Amino acid sequence: MTIGLAHYLAVAAILFTIGVFGIFVNRKNIIVILMSVELMLLAVNINLVAFSAYLADVTGQIFAMFVLTVAAAEAAVGLAILVTFFRNRGDIAVDDASMMKG
Amino acid sequence: MTLSQDLAYAYPEIVLALGALTLLVVGAFAPKQTALVGGAAVLVLLAAAYASATQPFGTAFAGGLISDAGATFAKVAIYLASAVAIPLGQPWFARRGVRSFEFPVLILLAALGMGMMASSGDLISLYVGVELHSLALYVLAAMHRDNAKASEAGLKYFVLGALSSGLLLYGASLIYGFAGSTLFPEIAKAAAGGANTGLLFGLVFLICGIAFKVSAAPFHMWTPDVYEGAPTPVVAFFAAAPKLAAMVLFARVLANAFAGASEQWQQVLVAIALISVAVGAFAGLVQKNLKRLWAYSSIANIGYAVLGLASGTSEGVQAMLVFMILYMIDVTGFFACLAALSRQGRAMETIDDMAGLIKEKPAIAMAMTVFSLSALGLPPFSGFFAKVFVFKAALDAGLWGPAVAGLVGSVVAAFYYLRLIKAIWFDGSPGAVDKPPVEANAIALVAALFAFPVVIVALGWLSPAAERAAQAFGLV
Repeated sequence: MTIGLAHYLAVAAILFTIGVFGIFVNRKNIIVILMSVELMLLAVNINLVAFSAYLADVTGQIFAMFVLTVAAAEAAVGLAILVTFFRNRGDIAVDDASMMKG
Repeated sequence: MTLSQDLAYAYPEIVLALGALTLLVVGAFAPKQTALVGGAAVLVLLAAAYASATQPFGTAFAGGLISDAGATFAKVAIYLASAVAIPLGQPWFARRGVRSFEFPVLILLAALGMGMMASSGDLISLYVGVELHSLALYVLAAMHRDNAKASEAGLKYFVLGALSSGLLLYGASLIYGFAGSTLFPEIAKAAAGGANTGLLFGLVFLICGIAFKVSAAPFHMWTPDVYEGAPTPVVAFFAAAPKLAAMVLFARVLANAFAGASEQWQQVLVAIALISVAVGAFAGLVQKNLKRLWAYSSIANIGYAVLGLASGTSEGVQAMLVFMILYMIDVTGFFACLAALSRQGRAMETIDDMAGLIKEKPAIAMAMTVFSLSALGLPPFSGFFAKVFVFKAALDAGLWGPAVAGLVGSVVAAFYYLRLIKAIWFDGSPGAVDKPPVEANAIALVAALFAFPVVIVALGWLSPAAERAAQAFGLV
């Protein structure tokens, strides 16, 4: 069996779905949410690189580089916000983030 | 094309980027000079607005950056709205002991990202613009660090914003793969005569991602929490300019890249518009907190803007642009009122707090009444003209059903606007209101004067300007 484009797309789709579910189903820890976000972005990178190889077009790989860079910046901002949240609450459980409802 | 020609099309972005980086260094070495950094940031934004108003039209960086009438229209509005946010926000934070020079710098970076969104011609520049403005907004929402609600709002905004970026990006990757290019004109060639399944899949993900950013239902769940928790002047900022930027981006993607698939996206947009109007109207009925209430109002209003876009015509894009400009002024003014009002140092945020305001602070009470009636869409206020444009475009495109449903939604929403007005005018006041700060007061009153009567004169200029801008998107 040769590994073709469809296999890469399937892996990326599965990883992406795991990432989305990680955000919604996870009821424990906000760090896990950050990891899920990262998983989604990496799934996109697999997509981009697979398409790039398939199309023999380098744009996808350049796009993947941009995504990696932005993902790093996003993680930094997310962790910084998480630190301020922890300072105010002393906890980072998801269920705690519920001062506002309605 | 040479680099210098490319750069000539990117003057506003260059001014903003250099300004933001310079002010960051100035702030790092002189952290006490917050007023200086704030003033300079306003000047940078005005300079960027001037640069975008006078820049030549064309495409730069191999199609990544588009400079046309549409981008110019949006960018001037975005930069001016951002410039208003700085004098509104900085004194507000200073009164609460947050004297950070980062606030104006973050606004500059957000404005840079929004400008890039408005003039992106490529999926990569689209993504970079969206992320640049989102990252700045996440930090702004959590700017009031010692406030538990603000940090919770920032966290929620971040998590759901990151999710939406993921959706947007997944869509972008599929579009790239099935169209073979990230450039909008190349995608348009692949999508001519209807998008294939892969492209359509990508487009739906992309639409979901953008719908998150404009807080259209069913992707609105972050909006009420973030509006309630975030600092009021920050809400005044991100309820206005980022929404316009995201709507223009929406129009760009649909008109420049997917014009051939208009029948396919039209249905999705009509659905999003109607769900937004319904959610905004019905969920708003039970709200007591005004920031939450106005969050639902913004969801409903975005629904009308999306309805304009769903017409799929140049007239629809024009209606969307006019609607967004008038709505931006309304919402900025309303949150400026909220930023101005406090009772014994406590912010007034619920409908009950506003009881009898007309006797305490007649000017602000009048302004809030004007904004509420305008958001309700009552003539002769600006919101009425905004809705007329949208409904006319929808009817001309044959969207009778959605237009009628939109009107019904606006009748339902009238209940909560009128309840606020009743509290302001007819209920007894529970006590004296603090003296409002000068800047928030002034911004609120100027915005109210625009909502009525200046709008009647301004439309004579705004409507043709929006028409020229809409024609640049290339829809019929």
